Amino acid sequence: MSELAGPARGYWSNVLRRLMRDRVALACILVLAVILLAAIFAPLVAPGDPFRASMLRRLRPIGTPGNLLGTDELGRDMLTRLIYGGRLSLFTGIVPVINAFAIGTFLGVFAGYSGGRANMAIMRTIDVFYAFPSVLLAIAISGALGAGIFNSIVSLTVVFVPPIARVAESVTTQVRSLDFVDAARASGAGALTIIRVHILGNVLGPVFVYATGLVSVSMILASGLSFLGLGTKPPEAEWGLMLNTLRTAIYAQPLVAALPGAMIFAVSICFNLFSDGLRQAMDVKL
Amino acid sequence: MSALVRVEDLHVRFRTAERTVHAVNGVDLSLGQGEVLGLLGESGSGKSVTLRSLLRLLPERRTQTKGRIEVAGHDVLALEGAALRAYRGKVVSMIFQEPMLAFDPVFTIGDQIAEAVMRHERADRAAGRARALEMLERVRIPSARRRLDAYPHEMSGGMRQRAMIALALACRPRVLLADEPTTALDATVQIQILLLLRELQKEFGMGVIFVTHDIGVALEVSDRLAVMYAGRIVERGSARDLIRATAHPYPRGLLASTVHGAMRGRRLDAIPGAPPDLSQVPEGCAFAPRCRLAEPACVAARPPVVEIGEAHVAECRRPVTGSVPAEG
Amino acid sequence: MSVPAPDADLGGPAQPLLAVRGLFRHFPIRGGLFNRTTATVQAVDGIDFDVVKGETLGIVGESGCGKSTTARLLVRLLDPDRGELVYDGLPVGTQDGLSLREMRRHVQMVFQDSFASLNPRLTVADSIAFGPRVHGVPAAEATARARDLLARVGLAPDAFGRRYPHELSGGQRQRVNIARALALRPRLVILDEAVSALDKSVEAQVLNLLQDLKAEFGLTYVFISHDLNVVRYISDRVLVMYLGRIVEIGPVDAIYGAPRHPYTRALLSAMPSMDPDRRTLEAPIAGDPPNPINPPPGCRFHTRCPFAADVCRTRMPELVAAPVAHGHLAACHMADPASGHPQAETAA
Repeated sequence: MSELAGPARGYWSNVLRRLMRDRVALACILVLAVILLAAIFAPLVAPGDPFRASMLRRLRPIGTPGNLLGTDELGRDMLTRLIYGGRLSLFTGIVPVINAFAIGTFLGVFAGYSGGRANMAIMRTIDVFYAFPSVLLAIAISGALGAGIFNSIVSLTVVFVPPIARVAESVTTQVRSLDFVDAARASGAGALTIIRVHILGNVLGPVFVYATGLVSVSMILASGLSFLGLGTKPPEAEWGLMLNTLRTAIYAQPLVAALPGAMIFAVSICFNLFSDGLRQAMDVKL
Repeated sequence: MSALVRVEDLHVRFRTAERTVHAVNGVDLSLGQGEVLGLLGESGSGKSVTLRSLLRLLPERRTQTKGRIEVAGHDVLALEGAALRAYRGKVVSMIFQEPMLAFDPVFTIGDQIAEAVMRHERADRAAGRARALEMLERVRIPSARRRLDAYPHEMSGGMRQRAMIALALACRPRVLLADEPTTALDATVQIQILLLLRELQKEFGMGVIFVTHDIGVALEVSDRLAVMYAGRIVERGSARDLIRATAHPYPRGLLASTVHGAMRGRRLDAIPGAPPDLSQVPEGCAFAPRCRLAEPACVAARPPVVEIGEAHVAECRRPVTGSVPAEG
Repeated sequence: MSVPAPDADLGGPAQPLLAVRGLFRHFPIRGGLFNRTTATVQAVDGIDFDVVKGETLGIVGESGCGKSTTARLLVRLLDPDRGELVYDGLPVGTQDGLSLREMRRHVQMVFQDSFASLNPRLTVADSIAFGPRVHGVPAAEATARARDLLARVGLAPDAFGRRYPHELSGGQRQRVNIARALALRPRLVILDEAVSALDKSVEAQVLNLLQDLKAEFGLTYVFISHDLNVVRYISDRVLVMYLGRIVEIGPVDAIYGAPRHPYTRALLSAMPSMDPDRRTLEAPIAGDPPNPINPPPGCRFHTRCPFAADVCRTRMPELVAAPVAHGHLAACHMADPASGHPQAETAA
């Protein structure tokens, strides 16, 4: 069955070729790749130690020799901390979406394919979660579970399962009603085979596009949790947390204080634009 | 007979970022007062595009139109703004395959017809409603008075088609354009609508251009026929001549491959291949690659327009004359 | 226990390949506050017929007559409310009969919409090979079978096998769908408006192909269409449906030459004449086909029938054999001398 399983290669190579022709998407991929690689190889790339504080060198402006992007309120090098901060920020931004993608797609495809009562039970339960504003839901769950990276990832996963499940369910319901699914049923295939060969190939794409768009939201929420003291704890470097601790310096060094925010902004914009480009590249009907 | 509609050398191209489609490549046609012209062709032949150009319904930004269209003294391609709005519906109106497209689902049938009358004839509401009722009766909608206040979705397919005809004819247009109006209908309803259109056409004395892919339907309504292929008219003539003395190999093939009558058990004489890709205009005859009679000259240059009989012409280098096409 | 499926013929040529017995399928329409059933669409309402081995049985009728529901019931994409299918003597889907999975190897379907019936993410070769793979054919063999079938339906395997559905024309896609239906080596193929969406010149090519394949593989067809000309051309016997019931069934020449049901006659005279000198002058019947929700009592056609009498409004007519033509049945009180209809046929 290996030849048939999953989407065929030809389609995805086609999508890749079209994506490569999209300059905006390409630029976003480059920016994200640079930030991601820098975060992964932070000890090699970063100019200093993210935790070495210095009372003498507090709140230096951008462009200070030795501290290219200035220093924070404890005199730690901003460039170093921004690079290290990417590790946690990207991690807490991306991991909940990956988790939610897996869980939400499973629930959505199951609900969409089985229809009837199973669909009703799953989707109405999900609607209950969906009814809360995502920020409040994330804060409530994090608050209940207690502060910490693991708990903030759990809470963000719970926040993102409902929207992803909804998209997966609606796409599955559409695909399921098409004649090729009936043709597969008429050839005697079981539900699992049909889902694997015919449903997933047509559902994963649109859901994946939607999920990449959620990464930016996830990053902002994760930063928000840290900002509120519900996510990462000091002295860890994380963009949301840095934004929080630097807020006292907003009048003294506004540009430095804005840097973590600028990083969050840049990364989420890049994810959104990449998601748009992917959506266009995956639109085969032309 | 002075022509009511005159189209000269019409070219229509659609451009998108990825490709250009040459939908219509030099169409000439004319329509007299009180005449029914059947425009016959398969999907992609440019028949609907030609029809829509007459009402300027094609998307402005992506469409390049060249040539000349004159309808009842209006230079259609030059019309703008208020003049264009007055032209649509008053001089020329159109009926579609899907009547739901012609009606707004949130207004009643009666209100929509009355509104059209009020707009074009500066009539008051009472006069508009009176005309709407009269039109619904004319198209033989049972209990017309009650149907005035019906919404489009409350009617059956055949009734909606009648209502759309009533809307199209409410302002007594001089030309009616029909774009496959019976294709989506059931057989027993289709014939009712065809007969109704024929009757109203005689009564109102309007010119009709009737686009269809169905030869049988075209023969039921048309005085003259024009057959389109790859954006050009390949043969035109009276319905009788075109069916009895078909000259161009494409309509001949179409007739031979249309199953009718007692062809049981015989192999169909199908036209091989598929219509051309219209991303480029073919140099020579667009049908040549599928034509059994084609010779090298057919591919090289556009074939001449040959007179077959009185007002019966075919654009073909090797027209078949004198013989009757495969009898069905 | 299910009996293993017969690959060879079981009951001999006289036994129908598929016998349809008392098939019913109604669809509830739900609405209102508690999702109650507010109405019922009587899509298929008690139909019986046989599909004879090696024939093409045409099914005609207008929208809402139940012909597409019938197609889906025959391949069991829908389950009937009542009634049974007997495939070559074996009841389908029962304990001691033929399992659904086995039946599906023998009965396949071609859909009208050539695009929606192919998975856009699979190459056409993979789409064709899918059925055999499901039934345990090894990958290499299934691929070889797909390539062979592509060649048989007139598409060069090297040029078309690796293409995706959107890269093909409508006619080519329908050829792929036919190849896909044949991949399980079925004996019965249900063609549901399979040529209706095609242009005339392409339709003729596909009709020729269908006849060639039928001869080559010894197939039996159920050919469903609204196009009376095409049905006349391709069918051996014709079945006419109206509002979920069979109104007439018989040999093609009898149905087209001497129709006995007023609806069949109306349907035939509603066909456009191909002669500009002899145009249709009068519509054979007025009005639209009634809605299959709450159809009229008695004979379902009586609301549009010019011959309707009292008996038609109260009693539903049964299929009655014609005195002369063999196997020509009509469900009309006028065809039944004992019905009490004033214009009922007397003997002859």
